Amino acid sequence: MKSQLTRILLSAVILVSAAVPRSAAQVTDWQQITIPPLPAFHPQEPKRIELPNGMVIFLQEDHELPLIDGVARIRGGSRSEAASKVGVLDIYGEVWRTGGTKTQTGDQLDDYLEIRAAKVESGDNADSTTISWSCLKGDFDDVFKAFNDLLREPEFRADKIDLAQHEMFDSISRRNDDVSGIASRESKKLAYGSNNPYVREPEYATVAAVTRQDLLDWHHTYVHPNNIILGVVGDFDSASMEAKLRKVFGDWPKGPAAKEEKIDFDSAKPGYYLIAKEDVNQSSINMTELGIRRDNPDYYATQVFNEAFGGGFSSRLFKSIRTAQGLAYGVGGGIGSAFDHPGIVRIAMGTKSSTTVESIQALYKEIDNLKQNPISDEEIKRAKDSILNSFVFNFDSPEKVLRERMAYEFYGYPADFLERYRAGIERVGKEDVARVAAKYLHKDKLAVLVVGNTPDFDKPLSSLGPVTNVDISIPPPPGEKSEEKAPTKPAVSEAESRGSAANVAQTARNQNSR
Amino acid sequence: MSYKRSLKSFAIILVLAALAAAQDLASFEKRTTVKTLDNGLTVVICERPEAPVFSFFTHVDAGSVQDPLGETGLAHMFEHMAFKGTDKIGTTDYAAEKVALEKVEQDYAAYIAERDKPVGRDEQKVKELQKAWTEATTEANKYVKPNEFPQIVEMNGGEDLNANTSDDETNYFYSFPENRLELWAYLESERFLHPVMREFYKERNVVIEERRMRVDSNPIGRLLEQFTTAAYQAHEYHRPTIGWISDLNTFSATDAKKFFDKYYIPSNMVVAVVGDVKASETMPVIEKYFGRIPSRPKPDERTTTEPPQNAERRVILQDMSQPLYLEGYHRPDYRSPDDAVYDAIADLMSNGRTSRLYRALVRDKKIAADSAGFTGLPGNKYPHLFAFYAFPLPGHKPDEMAEAIHVEIEKLKNEDISDEELKMIKTRAKANLIRSLGSNEGLANNLAIYQARYDDWRELFRSVDRIDKVSKADIRRVAKQTFVPTNRTVGIIETRAAAPAGDQRGGAQ
Repeated sequence: MKSQLTRILLSAVILVSAAVPRSAAQVTDWQQITIPPLPAFHPQEPKRIELPNGMVIFLQEDHELPLIDGVARIRGGSRSEAASKVGVLDIYGEVWRTGGTKTQTGDQLDDYLEIRAAKVESGDNADSTTISWSCLKGDFDDVFKAFNDLLREPEFRADKIDLAQHEMFDSISRRNDDVSGIASRESKKLAYGSNNPYVREPEYATVAAVTRQDLLDWHHTYVHPNNIILGVVGDFDSASMEAKLRKVFGDWPKGPAAKEEKIDFDSAKPGYYLIAKEDVNQSSINMTELGIRRDNPDYYATQVFNEAFGGGFSSRLFKSIRTAQGLAYGVGGGIGSAFDHPGIVRIAMGTKSSTTVESIQALYKEIDNLKQNPISDEEIKRAKDSILNSFVFNFDSPEKVLRERMAYEFYGYPADFLERYRAGIERVGKEDVARVAAKYLHKDKLAVLVVGNTPDFDKPLSSLGPVTNVDISIPPPPGEKSEEKAPTKPAVSEAESRGSAANVAQTARNQNSR
Repeated sequence: MSYKRSLKSFAIILVLAALAAAQDLASFEKRTTVKTLDNGLTVVICERPEAPVFSFFTHVDAGSVQDPLGETGLAHMFEHMAFKGTDKIGTTDYAAEKVALEKVEQDYAAYIAERDKPVGRDEQKVKELQKAWTEATTEANKYVKPNEFPQIVEMNGGEDLNANTSDDETNYFYSFPENRLELWAYLESERFLHPVMREFYKERNVVIEERRMRVDSNPIGRLLEQFTTAAYQAHEYHRPTIGWISDLNTFSATDAKKFFDKYYIPSNMVVAVVGDVKASETMPVIEKYFGRIPSRPKPDERTTTEPPQNAERRVILQDMSQPLYLEGYHRPDYRSPDDAVYDAIADLMSNGRTSRLYRALVRDKKIAADSAGFTGLPGNKYPHLFAFYAFPLPGHKPDEMAEAIHVEIEKLKNEDISDEELKMIKTRAKANLIRSLGSNEGLANNLAIYQARYDDWRELFRSVDRIDKVSKADIRRVAKQTFVPTNRTVGIIETRAAAPAGDQRGGAQ
């Protein structure tokens, strides 16, 4: 009844408001809107300090909020861990914090920090470990003390090692629970080679092999001032902060520099790779080959190519595969890059089982089309506009500026890399984009991985070429036979892992993006 | 030494005082302006001149709860359509396209009428009608400039362009360099002034793929859909936001346009802009563009009230994934005087390594990889669920999770929480508020939602005061009232072994 009434009222009101048009100068075309020049903006650079012992410190004042945050990044990460102990860095990255200091257990630290609503957290990456803090500025001295105690004298208590190992076992057991997890992990293996240190997976045996001594050894090998870059951002005075940090870290003796071993990248041979998963109705398709390093002079052209080919809403992949053909919700790709090792060239999408082969062919068509219809001047202009007009978002907060500078310092890139990036993008022309597309994206060199429900495919994957089945079954813990544990460790299932808990709340909130 | 220490604590007192002065409500009052336009649309502008950029957040007070019966997923579908352009953007010839789109709708209606005939369906006719509709679609697509709307945003430096739909609401957002303010005002108002339902049926396939990704092919997604459906039998929260597949395969562009006409009305919308903007210059620009949206009366806001649950409900999925335990209890909506008490309980049970569930299930009993409680499932605008979950460690069963969680719940009911715990909750609430104020995107989001929900953005700050008033007795009272077995819905994933390994196996790379 009410809605009936609403409709009547509605039509009446529309008339009223339509009869009162606004000012005469109403714009009818977006191109008529003038865009004034963006005011000059020179983001504040952090202050760089190098201590005599080699420690590099960046201080970035930001007085907007009464907070002080910091992070120490230390050279040496999981790419350097022993193959027989894959996972040791994950355990180190957790127990560094949870294992406490000489004077406080991890649990005592938890209480000490939480009462101040402060955080100190440690973690690990492929090339480094980190330890960070975040606190209200009034708590800085208290929290920084906990940070420094952990940095200098962590205790790695045994009970927390045991806890971390069990969490790792859990994450191993869950790693085949989610299609996207399987697809990203296994396609990375295809691009880098299954024994490559960037893609090795912790197993029950390698995690069980980790001892407290391993953690202490790692710490003593890598955590020296000359391997550390420390960044501090927040509501402090740089001069007094510098004095404080010099006092705390000045007499810390230098240690041996972190060693880096040579890493081999052996991409799998091109062709089709299949992981059968029966509890899904969507196939995940990933095409990969080896990408480039960011110091490659072609980097700028690849960035423009990526934006035009597989970046946002305006990219070819999005327009063709998603908008025009309706084959996918998620689709994208490009020539991937990384600071100090090759990134991955990747084209990825998810599509219903019954359009799996059709979608692979549709992606091929887009690759072929790059030769027949090279990325046009108009597409290049759009891509460059998009990168250059959004350039300001690379440094629109002091914290982002600090983060960038720390990354350049860590990887030995010039401090003005961002400025060079802008100049590099501006110089990119049509022939550069065509050249890098041909140079780095090769239809016949891609390893094509499909994770999906094979009986429902439109055509067998083998109709496209020889198929290699990828075995993702999880090796059972040492001393256990796989049959005994069969109910809790299905041979085929999916991944995600330690993040999965947080996912419940997130998935639960059911936010469906664009 | 002792001198230094006393000096230090004195300094902290000073700092805390300064903190209050710099980040309290009063400082935001000075740089935040609210205006309700003549058509009923509310605008919130917050000046934050940190860098030459701004973010906006458009909140529309309609979500999947407003999906009409038989048209689940429509609110979310419209959100996708809001990227398809207008009568001026995304078309080569709107006059001709309009005619072609009308034809698509007529042909689609004829096709669906035959397809869904319960009796006397003519299969041949279904095919013909489907073909006619498909051809009409192809004809209409001739006039499309694909993705021109988002393309304009991207070319102009738009950052993090996206939108989301929940049970409660639909939100649109991105960030721009500050010199694009007028362009933004034009684009965002046109989007809700002249939306065009072009490429609707292709986009519907995209949404169906989204369903496959988030729900059908994801064990947690599958569990949550079944769980929420079981917990709500009367209220519209039982409908999945993404939509049931038969509805997705049926609703039309005409349906989506109707939904838009009904719910996308100025009085149902709040637009927040935060960044390097001046309210005195920005408000007139916003008024000029958004003021054009015709005002209409508020839509029917009736929903069905979920009756009290009087028996536990259980959903057990035998799935090819590792186990999970989830349980939820009905609680009142966000306007409840006890809202802050629920927030305090969630914080106490879940926040960090001092939280009760982490300490009990993860650290001490060593039975779970993670465990927490949270509120707001599946939304919070209407009475909703307070939920707990745990991921069992290998070798442990969901039932053990239930038992351990219930022990912690009983403690909440029967014992006062400690002074330290209460202090932690309150300090964290204050610190979290401060941490949330440091980004344009986050602020725009919060200001828009608080303005929409409470009709006053200041509630963002007052929410901390409400937590500050929570007492130990409140926590016991609310726990006793809420966490009772008959008010509980349980969702469990039990691991089912895969089909015997055979033809699919072998041939490692």
